[in-house]
Amino acid sequence: MAGHVSPKSTYYAIFGALMVLTIVTIAVAYQPLGSWNFPVAISIAVTKATLVILFFMHAKYSSKLTKLFVATAFFFLAVLLGLTMTDVLSRGLKTYPGGAGGSGYGVREPRPASAAPDAAGAH
Amino acid sequence: MADAVVVHGDHGGAHAHAHHPDLQHHFDTLGQQHEAATMGMWLFLITEVMFFGGLFLAYMLYRIWYPRAWSEASLELNVLLGGTNTIVLIGSSLTMALAVRAAQTGLRKQTVVWLLLTMALGLTFLVIKYFEYAEKFEHHHVPGFDFHFPGPDAGPAEIYFSLYFLMTGLHATHMVIGFGLLSVITWMAARGRFSPDWYTPVEMSGLYWHFVDIVWIFLFPLLYLVDRAHHFA
Repeated sequence: MAGHVSPKSTYYAIFGALMVLTIVTIAVAYQPLGSWNFPVAISIAVTKATLVILFFMHAKYSSKLTKLFVATAFFFLAVLLGLTMTDVLSRGLKTYPGGAGGSGYGVREPRPASAAPDAAGAH
Repeated sequence: MADAVVVHGDHGGAHAHAHHPDLQHHFDTLGQQHEAATMGMWLFLITEVMFFGGLFLAYMLYRIWYPRAWSEASLELNVLLGGTNTIVLIGSSLTMALAVRAAQTGLRKQTVVWLLLTMALGLTFLVIKYFEYAEKFEHHHVPGFDFHFPGPDAGPAEIYFSLYFLMTGLHATHMVIGFGLLSVITWMAARGRFSPDWYTPVEMSGLYWHFVDIVWIFLFPLLYLVDRAHHFA
């Protein structure tokens, strides 16, 4: 009952891909992509995690029930992050005409009123 | 109850022979036993995903509220050390996967060697992490220990560093636990406890080790990299 035995070359190839993606994510982090830096970094991390789960953790060769368990983990994570974000990011959308200027969303200004009035933190 | 030889009278006598010594009496086959262990391990990992998920959520919320502080504070982290640790940890995942493979194919000596390499890389990660933490203490970037941060963002920066220490600290704790786990597995492997028929503990420890690797795969870009290109003010 040895299960699925992947050839060594698969593991080395996945390791190589993970190294390349690590270098890409570092290089891209220094490029000023504005609001795209975050989704790009997350996409690369998700790709790396998927490779580890499928090949190193053998999810690709697991039973359907095990695959369901794997998917469940990320389903509940998506509920946790997704539903919280829809709340936080939409606060004030309907309260104030003209968009998200409400009390919940937006950059919180930690600076005392007397401080120098430079950038408000938006980018 | 604990007879050395268990006979399956209820299964038509098809399995009426001595069981594999590693087959627990409540399972029909080694395959079924392995499947149950795999699902149990993933169930545990689901709880781990939610455990770390709460911290990632906290990170996301404060990042949305204090983007400038997040950018300024993340510039204080050492990308060279963090990047090195990323390579070390992914390397340890490779050696772990190869250890599981060696156990699957019944190569006892190779299993032990790959496991020892995995532990060595795990230890390397923790040593590098120690130097990173020491640097934070020197620069007064540890919340609660004479915290200092120049500029107007000291308050939110302290939140950033609180999350930094909470998330990397919890991750490092998992590494220490994983190291202990692998010590036991290596000992068992060296004594020839595993075979191509039964290597479940090696594979389950591998699942745990890879999970800890995945946590770092997200921690590294989120804490060290993601706001590096943004310069506020």
